[in-house]
Amino acid sequence: MPETHNYDPNTLPDLLPLYYKRLFPYGPYYKWMNYGGVPKHYFTNREFSFTLKDDVYIRYQSFSDQQDFEKELQKKCPYKIDIGAVYSHRPKDHKTVKSSAFIAQEKELVFDIDMTDYDDVRFCCSGADICSKCWPLMVIAVKIIDRALRDDFGFEHLLWVYSGRRGIHCWVCDEGARSLSTQGRSAVAEYLQVVKGGENLVRKAVLPEKIHPSIRHSLQIIDKHFLEYAIKKQDLLSYDFVGKLGRDTASRWAILQKRLEEGRNMNLVKGYTEEEVKLQFCYPRLDINVSKGINHLLKSPFCIHPKSGKVCVPMDPKNIDDFDPMEVPTISGLIEELDTSTVPETDTEGRRLKDYKRTSLKPYIEIFESFLKGLESSRKGKMIEQSDVKMEF
Amino acid sequence: MEFGTRSKPRSRVSNQSSVKAPDDKCPHKIQLYSVAPTDTISLQEFEELAVERLKVLKAVETIGITHQKGSAKYCELLEKEIGATKLKDSFLKVNGIQGDEGERRKRDQVSHFILRLAYCRSEDLRRWFLTQELDLFRFRFQQEDKESHAQFLVSNNLKYRPVGKAERESITSQLDGPDHFSNMDGVEFYKVPFTEALDLVRNRKVFLQKGFAFVPQDDLVSILLSVFRTQLSHALTVTSRALPSMEEDGRLLPMLSGLSKRYLGQDYSVRKTNVGAITADMIDMLSKKSFPLCMQNIHLAMKSNHHLRHGSRLQYGLFLKGIGLPLDEALKLFRTEFTKSMDVDTFDKKYSYGIRYNYGKEGKKTDYTPFGCMKIIMNNPPAVGDAHGCPFRHFDTDFLKQRISSSGVSKDGVETIMKYTKGGHCQVACAKYFELVHGISDSSSEVEMFIQHPNQYFENSQKLINGPGKTPTPRGVKIINSSQNSIPSGSSAEVKQEPMDEDLDTDMGLTQEQLDTIDQDTSS
Repeated sequence: MPETHNYDPNTLPDLLPLYYKRLFPYGPYYKWMNYGGVPKHYFTNREFSFTLKDDVYIRYQSFSDQQDFEKELQKKCPYKIDIGAVYSHRPKDHKTVKSSAFIAQEKELVFDIDMTDYDDVRFCCSGADICSKCWPLMVIAVKIIDRALRDDFGFEHLLWVYSGRRGIHCWVCDEGARSLSTQGRSAVAEYLQVVKGGENLVRKAVLPEKIHPSIRHSLQIIDKHFLEYAIKKQDLLSYDFVGKLGRDTASRWAILQKRLEEGRNMNLVKGYTEEEVKLQFCYPRLDINVSKGINHLLKSPFCIHPKSGKVCVPMDPKNIDDFDPMEVPTISGLIEELDTSTVPETDTEGRRLKDYKRTSLKPYIEIFESFLKGLESSRKGKMIEQSDVKMEF
Repeated sequence: MEFGTRSKPRSRVSNQSSVKAPDDKCPHKIQLYSVAPTDTISLQEFEELAVERLKVLKAVETIGITHQKGSAKYCELLEKEIGATKLKDSFLKVNGIQGDEGERRKRDQVSHFILRLAYCRSEDLRRWFLTQELDLFRFRFQQEDKESHAQFLVSNNLKYRPVGKAERESITSQLDGPDHFSNMDGVEFYKVPFTEALDLVRNRKVFLQKGFAFVPQDDLVSILLSVFRTQLSHALTVTSRALPSMEEDGRLLPMLSGLSKRYLGQDYSVRKTNVGAITADMIDMLSKKSFPLCMQNIHLAMKSNHHLRHGSRLQYGLFLKGIGLPLDEALKLFRTEFTKSMDVDTFDKKYSYGIRYNYGKEGKKTDYTPFGCMKIIMNNPPAVGDAHGCPFRHFDTDFLKQRISSSGVSKDGVETIMKYTKGGHCQVACAKYFELVHGISDSSSEVEMFIQHPNQYFENSQKLINGPGKTPTPRGVKIINSSQNSIPSGSSAEVKQEPMDEDLDTDMGLTQEQLDTIDQDTSS
């Protein structure tokens, strides 16, 4: 992928102060982390950790309120912000409490999907690079995981984020997800993990005799993308075969399918070869260790990826097909926009507009805000429910 | 917490034989052991019951390793083994009612609680006890019929009820088609929050909808196991905190620590005596001769990729520590290899922390124990790009074959090993591999040894090669038992630790953090 237009990593130290001063969406961000202030210590006991210049890494930062957070970010201008767990005590005081008493209590259930884990099944780029030929893998991943978390596990508040370079994250913010035990987290992660096995295992997706309904749903999602992705974009069967094995990937795949079908009819082929191939090539590959631990840190939305300069932005899972990682704004682009923006500084009623609303960051913030609205309304619903219960007494 | 003090069986020496347990205390043949016995028993009886239950649990362990749990052969063997102990009447189905049912249940209960005392004092002991008790519970529960299952639910006040007809139909309609749960007419489903059926969720053995798991009645035992696991692991922790109060009783202590000594496992944690006997440049040679396949594999992966991912660094790093490689030599070994693909700076920044961490020099500063076979096989399976795990479990068969034959094992030998692998007997396959590589048996003979730990593999190999006298590693294997240092006053000091933050222990229902919370609870 061509590194975005005008971003130069060397300018980052100059750009970050401006970004944290004018663009970082403190208001919505605090609203998220505070979860309506119930329970009260949710924000104050949350661990943040910063990566500063030259890879200086500081853990156990915590803040008393939005102002404190704002002030500190503007002062330190971190290259990267990670979000950790909510602890029993304020993380910055962790040295003053007995280490056995300092306990990670809650955290969002998180998922991390990284394009590098697909290196054995994508042939366009490798490592940190992504392009429009392999991005569909992430689209499939979002659709599959999003469906499973909502329909199977009943979670509602899912924040999907593009990490700024080659990966995506999902933050499950439902109360039930935040208070899930380590065992619970690892069970959910393993339920969602289908492609398994290390370097020494070639066949990584193995289906049992009966396909689980959840996998059947996933296969339906993969089917919608498979031909487009595997044949048009990746051209998986493009080797120069000797003999009459079809002209191109599409015809070869058709031949393969037909042969498998014949084999099944004659009882020569058992199991689900075609399905397993599809899963191995397209099913989301989760880094499940990230999901398992309550105290595992994960990069925060809205920080800047130091290498690509891109903002780590929320994505709308409903319109994930339209999300283009190449269009995600970079810090340099945004700061340029601030000076050239044609959007007026005040709205129609004369209120001053937040700077981030005057740039191309706006649509992403709107996705974030609609996610926050969902969180709030279910919180209200719960409070009404609770007060109803009280009325009965 | 009250368990701790109540679970101590009264041990006043008495000549009269035990008092009958009132039936309302053990309303069902199978128990969750939530109530401790309060009767008086003689010391002889105390010891006998403990030893007999231990025999049962050991049978559960060995048979569980060599045979698939729940299979006909497994049940048959287990029945035979249990039948040879004095607790057979309590555990096996008795044909025709003879003797005193209350007495049988009491013996079950008392023996369980005695072993609880003996096996609560370290993380390893607790895990062992918990695993075996859970397997025993599963075995016993599956021997019972439907009616008895229903009774069990009622008597333990577990409110699991089958879902109604309408809901059942709406579920089964979604399960039609070529999937997991077709042909399930007539099967009852229990609807529970998915958090109560984690084992089923993990293995995708249950249908999930909107956060609820619909558990078919055959899998009900799995939910009960998780209830039992939670209760028992909590009770064990709590009991261990209460142990110091038993110090006054001079008669029970020696017996209890003697019991826990019978635990078969070995401790490969710290070997202060041997540090330095092995250096980084010996590893290459040793890896070919004496490393088990899993470690050979990681070593090779490191040599070819000049990198290892986290899981592999942990498994390999701790193993190397266990064979006596000191910290600076370990750093040297990894640095030499890794810096072939990165600069020294990157290595120091990103990887040396982890290596020092393994040696307890960073983070929580705990000296971690090398992983045993069960942990390697069951926990943290390798993902894409990982080189760790157990080759007999996590490798493709073709690749495994190739690897084994490249170690100079004959064709027959390879076939024998593959036979065990296919049966899922990874550790037996590994033992056979050991015997063949070291030329102490041929491919047709029975497997005699039993591999439980990669470090045990290494030591046995060194013993064979160098003769028992000249091993570069000390042979004195420390049996875990706390009697060596008598009973510590703050029992938490004895709790052995394993890397927690990356690899939370799923065997014990509790994390270290939870244990600590309980610690606070009990002390306040």
